[in-house]
Amino acid sequence: MKRVVITGAGTINALGHSVAETMVSMREGRCGIGELQFRDVDRLAIKIGGQVRDFEAEGRFNRQQMVLYDRFTQFTLFAAEEALKQSGLEFNGELAAKSGVVLGTAGGGVSTWDDNYRSVYEDGKNRVHPFVVPKLMNNAAASHLSMEYNLKGPSFTVSTACASSNHAMAQAFQMVRSGMAPAMVTGGSESMLCFGGVKAWEGLRVMSKDACRPFSANRNGMVQGEGAGIFVFEEYEHARARGAEILCEVIGFAMSSDAADIVMPSKQGAARAISGALRDAQVNPQEVGYINAHGTGTAANDKTECAAVADVFGPHADNLMISSTKSMHGHLIGGTGAVELLACIMALRDGVIAPTIGYEEPDPECALDVVPNEAREAKVEVALSNAFAFGGLNAVLALRRV
Amino acid sequence: MSTQDKVIAIIAEQAVLEPSDVTLESTLEDLGIDSLGLVESIFAIEEEFDISIPFNANEPEKSDFDISNVAAIVAGIDRLMAEKA
Repeated sequence: MKRVVITGAGTINALGHSVAETMVSMREGRCGIGELQFRDVDRLAIKIGGQVRDFEAEGRFNRQQMVLYDRFTQFTLFAAEEALKQSGLEFNGELAAKSGVVLGTAGGGVSTWDDNYRSVYEDGKNRVHPFVVPKLMNNAAASHLSMEYNLKGPSFTVSTACASSNHAMAQAFQMVRSGMAPAMVTGGSESMLCFGGVKAWEGLRVMSKDACRPFSANRNGMVQGEGAGIFVFEEYEHARARGAEILCEVIGFAMSSDAADIVMPSKQGAARAISGALRDAQVNPQEVGYINAHGTGTAANDKTECAAVADVFGPHADNLMISSTKSMHGHLIGGTGAVELLACIMALRDGVIAPTIGYEEPDPECALDVVPNEAREAKVEVALSNAFAFGGLNAVLALRRV
Repeated sequence: MSTQDKVIAIIAEQAVLEPSDVTLESTLEDLGIDSLGLVESIFAIEEEFDISIPFNANEPEKSDFDISNVAAIVAGIDRLMAEKA
């Protein structure tokens, strides 16, 4: 089996328009969640979110591109530019033929659906733009990314709700590890912050009206975010031979299905994914210093996740750090694992643990070191990134400092 | 139909029971309605009475709407209807 390393990272999210900006925000414990700004927001009960600000798509993309790029595609291409530039890889010949792109998204072009439904239902129009379908399809971002960078190998989109990005990165990891692809571009993107996107979530009554406070006893729900995280996964020898900068190593993953409930999480399902990732990575639980939690800030997730971690790690659960950066950037749904992987990279490479902000009251059911409110310096050898989706689909990645 | 009869009909449908099996003293838990069923019941009540019920599934006990049993739900609806009028 090949070793797999990350040689490029890029992002755009409520905390910043680059990896550097995002990591500074995470170190400072800055909150990117604020009042939502879009049409008809006054008709929503939930009026906050981690919205990307000051992103001028019109200036970056030309008119032909704008008619084809939904906001989730725009975020993807923006983040990919940073990741590909950092990696220094150019895809030609056999490298291009074998390398591909696997991305995660839950909703794809949600605002394209929203705008065009509004046009035909509310405005009574009987004609839509000819590119509505290629603009909204879930694989649009992966396809445009492949065209932009000449990626001709295995390429597709994974959609497993809140675990989409982790499942996507697990696939990319698998392909590089098996020798099928020398490099893969992977990660995920989401842009659901429009009237229909938030209205749908409102219906579940699990959203907070004021803040995302994971693990805090007074937490009252999740807050949506938007953006993208894109990475270059590369075979270790390939990266070393060209002197590439290595951000960290991806050492394992596991997936599991609760096979139980469409929305309620399961401790056993989560625990099986976590312990499976440790087994796949061949690491002892004691080596894990940091877990980027799924940590949605809902009553159901947080206590289930903490119980799963306690089960898998036993006494070591009290030694490791576990934080939820959703408190800062919100829940990016299908893109969330990708942005959260940055917190793992920061922990492994820089020795800085992103905090769980908004933490106000200890919850006896979440009695772990959740790195409350302030970032911390610590040397971490192995980190995990958890994602537990609606539908009971779980995906956990394991990473190691290089 | 009275508020009470409408609420009992909604809850009975959610619990897959006959309305006669639902009493004012019944709790949703007694009737086998889980958290998802509760959210659906609240939605159905909002639609039936054209009201907005303040309810957050993360902190049901803190919501300004008592769901401890059928009688409490009926009283809460009557209050919201009166406020609307």
